Amino acid sequence: MAKVIEGLYYAESHEYVKVEGNYGYIGITDYAQSQLGNVVYVDMPEVDDEVTAGEEFGAVESVKAASDLFSPVSGTVVEVNEALEDEPELINKDAFENWIIKVELSDKSELDNLMDAKAYEEICK
Amino acid sequence: MNRTYYGKLIFELSRPGRVGYSLPKCEFEAYKLESLDGTLLRQTATLLPEVDELTVVRHYTNMSNNNFGVDTGFYPLGSCTMKYNPKLNEELCQLPGFNQHPITPARYAQGSLKLYDEVQKTLAEIAGLSRFTLNPYAGAHGELTGLMVIRQYHISRGDTKRIKIIVPDSAHGTNPASAAVCGLQIVEVKSTADGTVDVEDLRPLLGPDIAGMMMTNPNTLGLFETKIPEIARLVHECGGLMYYDGANLNPMLGVCRPGDMGFDVMHINLHKTFSTPHGGGGPGSGPVGVRQGLEQFLPNPQVINNGDGTYRLQCDENSLGYISFFLGNFGIIIRAYAYLLSLGKENIPMAGKLSVLNANYIKESLRSHYKLPIDVECKHEFVFDGLREEYGGDHHDPEHVTTLDVAKRLLDYGFHAPTIYFPLLFHEAMMIEPTETESKETLDDFIAVMKRIAEEAKADPALLKSAPHDTPVRRMDDVKAVKEPKFTYKAL
Amino acid sequence: MYKYFPHTADDIQQMLDVIGVRSLDELYAEIPEEIKLHGELNLPAEKSEEEVRHIIHDLAAQNKPLVCFAGAGSYDHYTPSVVPYLAGRSEFSTSYTPYQAEISQGTLQYIFEYQTLMADLTGMDISNASMYDGSTATAEAMMMCVGAAKRRNRVLISSTIQPAVMAVCRTYAKFHGVELVEVAEKDGVMDKEAARLLIEEDNAAGLIVCQPNRYGIIEDFTGLADLCHEHKTLLAINTVASALAVLKSPGEWGADIACGDAQSLGIPMGYGGPYIGYLCTKEALVRKMPGRLVGATTDADNRRTFVLTMQAREQHIRREKATSNICTAQGFMCLYVACYLSLMGPKGMREVNEQSYASAHYLHDALLETGKFEEVFDAPFLNEFTLRVKGDAKALREALADKGYLLGVPTLFKEDCLTIASTERRTKKEITDMVELIKTIAL
Repeated sequence: MAKVIEGLYYAESHEYVKVEGNYGYIGITDYAQSQLGNVVYVDMPEVDDEVTAGEEFGAVESVKAASDLFSPVSGTVVEVNEALEDEPELINKDAFENWIIKVELSDKSELDNLMDAKAYEEICK
Repeated sequence: MNRTYYGKLIFELSRPGRVGYSLPKCEFEAYKLESLDGTLLRQTATLLPEVDELTVVRHYTNMSNNNFGVDTGFYPLGSCTMKYNPKLNEELCQLPGFNQHPITPARYAQGSLKLYDEVQKTLAEIAGLSRFTLNPYAGAHGELTGLMVIRQYHISRGDTKRIKIIVPDSAHGTNPASAAVCGLQIVEVKSTADGTVDVEDLRPLLGPDIAGMMMTNPNTLGLFETKIPEIARLVHECGGLMYYDGANLNPMLGVCRPGDMGFDVMHINLHKTFSTPHGGGGPGSGPVGVRQGLEQFLPNPQVINNGDGTYRLQCDENSLGYISFFLGNFGIIIRAYAYLLSLGKENIPMAGKLSVLNANYIKESLRSHYKLPIDVECKHEFVFDGLREEYGGDHHDPEHVTTLDVAKRLLDYGFHAPTIYFPLLFHEAMMIEPTETESKETLDDFIAVMKRIAEEAKADPALLKSAPHDTPVRRMDDVKAVKEPKFTYKAL
Repeated sequence: MYKYFPHTADDIQQMLDVIGVRSLDELYAEIPEEIKLHGELNLPAEKSEEEVRHIIHDLAAQNKPLVCFAGAGSYDHYTPSVVPYLAGRSEFSTSYTPYQAEISQGTLQYIFEYQTLMADLTGMDISNASMYDGSTATAEAMMMCVGAAKRRNRVLISSTIQPAVMAVCRTYAKFHGVELVEVAEKDGVMDKEAARLLIEEDNAAGLIVCQPNRYGIIEDFTGLADLCHEHKTLLAINTVASALAVLKSPGEWGADIACGDAQSLGIPMGYGGPYIGYLCTKEALVRKMPGRLVGATTDADNRRTFVLTMQAREQHIRREKATSNICTAQGFMCLYVACYLSLMGPKGMREVNEQSYASAHYLHDALLETGKFEEVFDAPFLNEFTLRVKGDAKALREALADKGYLLGVPTLFKEDCLTIASTERRTKKEITDMVELIKTIAL
C-alpha cells in the first residue's frame, strides 16, 4: 500500500505540494513512484521559470515509461532539487522527502482546488 | 543461430599498420590535400580500426551468428508482418543499371522512372486510391507525409483552423508522434469494450477544427472496424479527411480496399506487406496514396507518365514540398516490384487470406492456456492478455508469471517473441502475427511450445523468471544502460 | 498453391476445422458487403522467376550508365566487395529492430560500432542509431534545436546548404511551426556578418550550416560556435560524411549537433536511396535527440552486452511528446557504414579524400584550360566545385550526357553554372576523354 502523508495537498495527476509560508515544495507521490518503477531521470525546469496550475513543468522517466509532471499550483520556481540530477532514484527511496521543485506561490487560493490526504487515498485505491 | 556469444568489437581487433582496402595509385600527384589552409583541416586523429580483410569478414560473420532473422526461424512479432523476404528481390535490386546518380537527366533513367510508375499504379489498384508517391522512407515518414497532404489540402482551401487530428486510444504511438511533428493537436477517441472505435465518443469530437482522423483497419487488436463506413461519413461531414495507417494492410489484400472503406489518404509499409527485408530496423519504404482530387498535394518530385511510354519528373506548385532527398528508397521499391510481379492478381489476395487463417488457427489453439480478452474472429493478428490464471498469469498477484517471462522463455525454444506490452489497453499484452508464409507444421510447433511454457509457468515459475537460458547472452540490465549510459567504445 | 505459401489444401481444411469456419471467405464475414472488393484486382497474372527477372533486367537496361562527375549530396565512391557481401547476410537483413536483445546481439553490436565511428568522425560525444537520409536528419536537427530551447522556435539556416536539404527543412519547418530564417550568402559562403546580426537578436534556437557547401566550398566557421553559445543558440553543422576524415570536424568547430548523409561512406548512389542520415550530439543533449540509441550494459552473467536504451524519448512510449516520430534505425545501412569504415581505416579514409581532392582539382584546371569555363569563386574546395559555363550550361550538360558523361548538376539560382564533383573512382583517362570531347562541343 502506497504511503500518503497528512497535511499535504494532492493533485489527481499524482503530484503533491507541501506548503511552508509562501513557498510550496512540489514532488510526485509515493503511489506515482511505485507505478513508474525505477526512476532514471527527472527533467526539471530552471530557477526563475514560471509554472502554472495544471500545466506541465517537467517529466520523470523510468526505463520503459515517461510521465509528464503537472504543477498543482502557479508560481515562480525558486529552487530545483539538484540531488535528483545525479540520483534520480531518490524518488523511489522516498518520494515525499525528495521534492522536485520549490515554488513561490502566486495564488494560495489555488490550494483549495487540491485534495487532502484522505481524498487522495481514495483515488489511489 | 550460434549460442556461443561472440561479443567482440571491431576496435578490439585493430593493430596499427593493417589495412583492409586497396586503391589504385593516385594519377594526379601534383595536387595535394595538405595545401589546404590548416584551419580547415582536422587536427584530431580518428579512432577508425586498422584491420585486414579476413578479420573484418570473420568479425561480422561471427556477429551475424548471434542474430535471429526470419531466415533463422519463426518471427511472430505483432504489427511488424515478418513475412519471408524472397531472394529474387535481393538479386534484382543490385542490377548495376539501377545504380545511377539521382540527378541523372530523366531521359537516361527511363527504366527506373517506369519501374516507379508501375509500382505506384499497382499500389493504387490494391488500395483503391488514385495515386501514390513512393518518396517517403518508412512507415512513420509516410504517416507524416500523409498528414502533411491533409494539412496542405485544408490550407489550399484557405481553411487554416483545422489543427486537430483524431486518433483512437488503441493506436500505435507513432500516430500521435507523427501528428505532433506535423503540427497537429491530438484528440483521442475511446474504444468500446469490444476493442473498436466508440462512435458515440467520436461524434462530439467532430467540428470545424478537425483536420481528419487516423485509423488502421483492422486495428491494433487485429479486429476489423465494422463501423468504418459510418465513421468515414461522420468525419467527411464535418469536413475532415480519413487517414489509413497501412501497418495492418496485409489481411485486407484483394478483399477490402482502404479507398472503398472511405479513406482518403494512406501509407503502405513495403517492408511489411510487400516483403522487403526489415534490415534490423531499416531501410523501409512508406509510399503514400491519395484519393482523386488530392494528387497535386503529394510531395515533390513526382514521376509523371507521359502516356507515350516515356516518363518525366515534375514539381507541382500545390505540392506540400519535398520530404526526401529524391525519389525515396529506390532500392526497396525495386524489391517490392519484384514481389508484386511475382504474386500477381491471383496470389496477392491469397497472402491476405492465409495470414488471417494462420492467426486464427494459433488463437483458437492457444486460448485454453492464454487469456483472450476479446473473443471474436481476428484478422492477421490478435492479442492475448498473458497467461490464464490457472497457469500463473493472474496479474493481481505480485509473483505472477508475466508476458515478459513467457517471451524470454520462447527464445530458449528457438522462436522470436511476439510484440509485448502493446497495445496499452491490456496489462500483459502479447501480440501475435504469424504471416502467411509460415507452414502449419511451424505453427503447430509454436503452439506446442506455447502450451509447454504455460505448463512450466504452473510447475516451475522460476524457470521462466530467469529465462532465457539457452541464448548467446542472458537477460540484460536495462536500468544500468540508462543510468550509466555508454553509447560508444570510447565511453566503455 | 504458390512458392511463398506452404499451405496444402489439406492443411487449410484442418485449420478451418480448428477455427470452426467453413471457408477462407468466412473469416471475413463481419466486413460489410458494400465495402468488399467484388471481383479481382486489375493487375497482371502471377509470373515465374524467369519472367520477373526478364522484366526487371529489361527496365535496368533502359537506364543509360553515365560516367559520374556529379555530387550534390550523392557521390560515386568505391565500395569494397566485402561490404555488400557481409551486409547481405540474412541473419542481419531479415531481422527487425532488436527488441529481444538476447537474440539480437549482432545487430546491436554493429549499431554500437556505427555509433562509435560516427561520433568519432564528427568529434561529438554520441551518435544515434541513424536516420533516413541527410536531408531528413538535418530537419530532425532543426526540430531538436527547437525542442532543446526554451520558448524559441526560430532556426537560422545558411543559404549555402545543399538545395535538397534546404527544401526538406522548409517542408518540416512549415508544418512543425518552426520559423526557418535563411542567412544570406556572400562570395559563395555564409555571410558571417548577416549571421552575427541574426544571432544577436537572441531568439534563435539554432543555426544550421553546411560543409562543404552547395558550391563545394569549404567554409571557415572560426568564432561561430562561441557567438552562438553566447546567445544560447545551438550550432548544427551538416557535413558530407566522407570529408569528416580530413576536414575540421563539427566537434572541433565547437558544434552542438553534427548531421548529414553518410552515403559517401561506400553506399551506392542507387538512384537516391537507400542512404543513411547521421545525427550526433553532445552527451548533455541526449534526451533531446531523436531516433534509436544502443547502449552497453551487462547481462545476468555479467558479460558486456548491448541493448536499445533511452527509449523513454521515443514515440512508442512518449506518443505525441516524443522527440520525433521516427522509429527507423537504418540497420542495414549502419552495417554498410561500419564494414566500410572498418576496411578503410584511418589510412584508407585519408587516401580516398586525397585522391578525390586531386582528381577534382585536376578536372577543375583541365576544364578551365578548355576556355569554355570560368571561375565563379576564389575559394578552397575538396572534391566538388562550381564553374560558370561560357554559353548554355544546360545544353552542354545534355550534350555530354548523350556521350556518356554526367557533368555536374545545375547550380540553383545560377543558371549558367554547374557544380561538378569527382572521386577516387574517376581515372585520368575518363577525365581526359571528357575534356577532349568538351573542346569539340560548340557552345
